Amino acid sequence: MSGTPLELVCPAGTPGALRAAVDAGADVVYLGFRDETNARNFPGLNFSRPELRDGLAYAHERGCRIYVAVNTFAAAGNPGPWHRAVDDAAELGADALILADIGLLDYARRRHPETRRHLSVQASASNPTAIAYYHEAFGVQRVVLPRVLTVTEIARLNVQIPVETEVFAFGGMCVMAEGRCTLSAYATGRSPNMNGVCSPASHVRYEQLGGRMVSRLGRFTINEFPDGEPAGYPTLCKGRFVAGGCAGYLFEEPTSLDASTVLPELMAAGVRALKIEGRQRGRAYIAEVVAAFRRAVDAAARGDPVPPLGLGGMTEGLRETTGAYTKTWR
Amino acid sequence: MSPAAKLTLGPVLYNWPAEVKRDFYFRIADEAAIDVVYLGEVVCSKRSSFFEPYVPEVSERLARAGKEVVHSTLALIMNEREMETVRALAAAPDMRVEANDISGAALLAGRPHVIGPFVNVYNEGTLEVLVRGGADRVVLPCELPVGSLEVLGRAAGNAELEVQVFGRLPLALSARCYHARAHDLHKDGCRYVCEEDPDGMALETLEGDGFLAVNGTQTLSHTLCSLLRELEKLRDLGIGCFRLWPQSVDMVAVAGIFQGVLDGRDDLAEAEARLRELVDIAPFSNGFYHGREGADLVAAETFSPAG
Repeated sequence: MSGTPLELVCPAGTPGALRAAVDAGADVVYLGFRDETNARNFPGLNFSRPELRDGLAYAHERGCRIYVAVNTFAAAGNPGPWHRAVDDAAELGADALILADIGLLDYARRRHPETRRHLSVQASASNPTAIAYYHEAFGVQRVVLPRVLTVTEIARLNVQIPVETEVFAFGGMCVMAEGRCTLSAYATGRSPNMNGVCSPASHVRYEQLGGRMVSRLGRFTINEFPDGEPAGYPTLCKGRFVAGGCAGYLFEEPTSLDASTVLPELMAAGVRALKIEGRQRGRAYIAEVVAAFRRAVDAAARGDPVPPLGLGGMTEGLRETTGAYTKTWR
Repeated sequence: MSPAAKLTLGPVLYNWPAEVKRDFYFRIADEAAIDVVYLGEVVCSKRSSFFEPYVPEVSERLARAGKEVVHSTLALIMNEREMETVRALAAAPDMRVEANDISGAALLAGRPHVIGPFVNVYNEGTLEVLVRGGADRVVLPCELPVGSLEVLGRAAGNAELEVQVFGRLPLALSARCYHARAHDLHKDGCRYVCEEDPDGMALETLEGDGFLAVNGTQTLSHTLCSLLRELEKLRDLGIGCFRLWPQSVDMVAVAGIFQGVLDGRDDLAEAEARLRELVDIAPFSNGFYHGREGADLVAAETFSPAG
């Protein structure tokens, strides 16, 4: 089977990463402003307004588009930063806004009707009725699907909805429904939905304890490693915990999503765009992953077999999973 | 003086055997000082059919006892069969429904309904859109700090706001079943192992500290939220409904303690002591309300309940 190539939507946390993604063949680069208005609010990452203006110029000159994520939930009583993020992105000429908050979608529709609105994965719209609501109420033209659906469910969904779908293809993987997880806030007081951070470095500690390295998030132990083994980052849902007397990765092993093996199936399921996770990643990573996916997407569009990506060294814990796209993951 | 506070009982989140659940609700109907009772499976559609045969008699008994009965929808809807259960509730004109996914709110648009705590309402802009769509009560997410509750209390207009004041905090939802996974099973062949844990399966850190509780596809806190001491302040902020999440403790007695404090009948310190004695499954927490780690318990002397 051949067809229109999937749109390749790539992350950038810095202007350097943006240029690397554009040069490596991204169709779209997505990014956020340097504050709590986006779900990757990490120190030293993200864009100022002038950096966005320059990034837009660089991308547009090369036929690439820019989507701006304003995808946390605005604070009660202080919508200003979120409204300004929407206003500035629209006025600087972003090709789409990626939004999750209903109040903010309403604001964007009223103030910037001409700017495309995409529904962020953080809105957790996992069924046709929810998606139709966002389309009808706020003119949403694309939905980024939550990482809870199988390929079969995505195919069934796509014939029932009036909007495009975008799915995650590679990178870090939430095992919980996005936008509906406050685990990290429970342990750290900093919330993914409100502050745009999950398992923040500010709350991470490593402690050497007699032959082992213990990693903690807030006051909770997330994992431990024997001396000499590399100590992984304590992302809460990828930790080792004890249930019923057995210690193990109760939620998920430290794996990365890799959907490259199901690209033809995703195309056949009517998916419009593929998203690569990783706005916190460096330029070299972005360049290599984007280039590999460029080859994969083009091969799939020609109807050729998808070549192995050769990205084994890039994945978390050096393991990959097709995640929720395969039903046995559940 | 704010209008009379309502004490509400959220839907049972765990997989209690259907007969246990029926008897639980019969006792709530007959004995509990509760104004509103939410019924229905919110977490896992595989469990839905067990309790369904009992819903008519349970609803009737609750209604006869003068309680408002609300039917809660699933929180994560991923297939047509799950969607159909929401559609069926929305199509019954005489049923009061709590939408726990935005799809439910869409189907209920234009008629009074409740927005459940699994729909993200963090600010006045979102609240306004949902109230315009027909929501007359909104149950707020458990992580909102008092500052947000204050703003929303002012913005709610005629809609009621509900805040959870007792029980494990519902922290996360997933497509994956962690109960099945912990038993080396898949969700499709789960053997309903979640039934073994009436308050969720304890999940401890490697150092043996209580951390979380697993309820099938849902993850909750190990600690039980208690906002007994914060009730008066919440009422002053315009919060009118106070949700107790069912746990496998004497919920009639728990309701009595909260009602006693709401009525101003009972001494707070004594009520707290009685609650602590009654509820021994885990320590209490109130951190989210105070803008801190949800697991924290901010001690009584570090804040003034009046504001």
